[in-house]
Amino acid sequence: MLLPFVYLLARALEGDSASLSEIVFRERNFLLLRNTLALTAGVLIMTTLIALPLAWLVVRSDLRFKKFHSIMGVLPLAVPGYVMAYALIGMSGYYGFATHFFGIRLPRPEGWSGSVLALSLYTFPYLFLNLRASLLGLDPSLEESARSLGRTPWQTFFAVVVPHLVPALLSGWLVIGLYVLGDFGVIALMRYEVFSYAIYTQYSGAFDRVYAAWLSLMLMAVTLSFIMIEARLRGRRYVRTGKGTARPAAPVSLGRARPLVWLFLTCVYVASIGLPLMVLSYWIWRAGPLVDPREVLTAFYRTTLVAVPAAVAAIVLAVPVVYLTVRYPSRASSALDRLVYLGYAVPPLAFALSMAFFALRAAPWLYQTATLLIFAYVMTFLALAVGPVRSRLLQIGPRYEEVSRSLGHGHFASFMLTTLPLLRTSMLSGSLLVFIMIVKELPITFLLAPIGYSTLATTVFSRTSEGMMAEAAPHALMIVLFSSLFVGLILRHEGNK
Amino acid sequence: MRALKLLAGCVALALAFPAASQAEELTIYSGRGEALIGPIIKQFEADTGIKANVRYAGTSELATLLQEEGDQSPADVFWAQDGGALGAISELFADLPAEMNEGIAEAFRNVNNKWVPTSGRSRVLVYSKERVKEDDLPASINDLTDEKYRGKVAWAPTNGSFQAFVTAYRVAHGDEATKAWLEGMIANDTKVYKNNGSQIEGIANGEIDFGLVNNYYLGRYLVTDKDYPVAMTHFASGDVGNLLNVAGAGIVSASDNQETARKFLDYLLSPAAQQYITLQGNEYPVIPGLIVNTTLESFATIQDISPRIDIDQISDLEGTLALLREVGLL
Repeated sequence: MLLPFVYLLARALEGDSASLSEIVFRERNFLLLRNTLALTAGVLIMTTLIALPLAWLVVRSDLRFKKFHSIMGVLPLAVPGYVMAYALIGMSGYYGFATHFFGIRLPRPEGWSGSVLALSLYTFPYLFLNLRASLLGLDPSLEESARSLGRTPWQTFFAVVVPHLVPALLSGWLVIGLYVLGDFGVIALMRYEVFSYAIYTQYSGAFDRVYAAWLSLMLMAVTLSFIMIEARLRGRRYVRTGKGTARPAAPVSLGRARPLVWLFLTCVYVASIGLPLMVLSYWIWRAGPLVDPREVLTAFYRTTLVAVPAAVAAIVLAVPVVYLTVRYPSRASSALDRLVYLGYAVPPLAFALSMAFFALRAAPWLYQTATLLIFAYVMTFLALAVGPVRSRLLQIGPRYEEVSRSLGHGHFASFMLTTLPLLRTSMLSGSLLVFIMIVKELPITFLLAPIGYSTLATTVFSRTSEGMMAEAAPHALMIVLFSSLFVGLILRHEGNK
Repeated sequence: MRALKLLAGCVALALAFPAASQAEELTIYSGRGEALIGPIIKQFEADTGIKANVRYAGTSELATLLQEEGDQSPADVFWAQDGGALGAISELFADLPAEMNEGIAEAFRNVNNKWVPTSGRSRVLVYSKERVKEDDLPASINDLTDEKYRGKVAWAPTNGSFQAFVTAYRVAHGDEATKAWLEGMIANDTKVYKNNGSQIEGIANGEIDFGLVNNYYLGRYLVTDKDYPVAMTHFASGDVGNLLNVAGAGIVSASDNQETARKFLDYLLSPAAQQYITLQGNEYPVIPGLIVNTTLESFATIQDISPRIDIDQISDLEGTLALLREVGLL
């Protein structure tokens, strides 16, 4: 985790101080900083407005087809950012649906509002998955107590449920916030200038690693402050204190609100999944099917071959990290926790370069092998796996393990027998997040993959890089379908809790 | 081997790669997309029996990676999307034999023999067929600061080709004049876009009337839709707005496979490969005597109208970026 940081420092220190202060203390940087913060705030609010009601409805209401809604709530993650941005822009304009099918020209979504909308529509599942895992583990007896003490359902929700969702909200927000900080695809298409814009320009325009390293470090400083704030806000007790096994919560009847709920769900699904699929289909229809099925199958197979081991490794590493920070809070364990997020916060291009830098010096035989690629994925995306697991472990509490140990089992055996089975749902959520991210990840993949190893994401890139959006569409569609397949499979086997 | 891979999964896969066969092989880092050049690579393999391993990625990302790899680079050839990247890392390239450049049209040649151009492109002005009359087309790129064009023009300051053009402007007219032009354009409410394609789409969508792009993008829209409402033109002869630039390839000096790498560059300069590039990519061939794509102006015209600026002279990207930062575009 520290490697990229060391690398960036090493590169940054190569700069000469005069031109450096010019770069670091430019007025424009403050404008970029302000825009970055405004964008992040907007996306966090918007995603919460989508994910919180959705998660509650899926877990607690008498809504039908819950499995379907769970899947629909996760699928938008599979949509590549540029596709989402194009989907929104594609509504308006010369070739837009609105023009084509209804004969009206809508204003083009752009700037702050366009970026917030596009980013929110495919990042809200991070929050949804975290909240869902947390709600599933919440003991309804707490709410029943509040209700029996005369609180209305709304008061109960805000006084009892929401505070217990804080860890899930925070880890979801953190992941989304960090994602927004690093995103380049959407903001460039929406013409909104933030920090990642400046970093990208340095690398791409100047082929310059020194100033780009400085900018990356500045971005990481912003990131670190996010991480610190999140840690400050955490740190209360969320452990279930009731005795015996928690009953599943009695589903709340939606009653007369049912049509409204369906309207809300339809809007969310149409915007987050419907629009991108429509845009992709439209491109395919315009260009005709130009896909070589063998190529797609190879890419499919190769994507799985790196994404699955990485997702599994990430969750295997995430559990001990979370366990240490939750059960044995200390300065060292919380530092470990922060480090996990550091990997996620490094701009991916800088991360890939640092991996090249260290692999070539320390282990040249590993350079550009699948092993190094998987390692890089795990280091980058470990933070995604940590969130859901932590929210769940905070609820479980140490009592089961203590009982198990009092019955003569060792520490490890007790954990395996009691806590691990309870963590299963959240581990699935965590590995799913990692998996979906890897399937669409680009800079790390194309720089560090074994040579000639083309995944679904790189096949899309090799078309968009020549401006062939329509030719790229079938492959982008494959990414969405491929990820959906896994989401569906995993949620199917999740079992009803 | 295959069964092993399946059994031991990815670790075995990782180990299997370095242990590949002994046949003649070539490792290429390509900033050009597979969709365009994949067929050329396949044809090269079929014609020569050499196995080509290609890493497709962004030109700038690969240029940065090559710098990071230094003399440990596994790459033999770097094929870049634009001349700026080639210039920026030319110290990593091996010298090429002078005769390699001989068949190449003079306007495209690299005088230092560090790399060869593989295709040429020119900067053009694209405009709306619906809203712009012939008489309103500017004669010079300097005219775009005129009140008449206020809020109607787009550019892409983060785009490599645009930055190469700004560098050329500096070479032709000096830094002061360049700064004045940039500030004039900003004062005239010129709209910032991400890249070439989004400017063309912006014109079709009615957001803007003019865009400053490379010549080969519009053809991709016209192929699927003859009535696409965007047209392109060039400025008056010799105007820096008509700058010629190249995509090109060089041989990495760290490569111990120089002989094979040279065969590949020779192949790229062969009439067959060049003809393919101009027909499929809407770009100019770098050797004379071929049929130029019909959506393009003739080879003679392009050489006639382009400003007299050596591509090697437009390598000072640092200075251009500093200038773009100074006026607040980056």
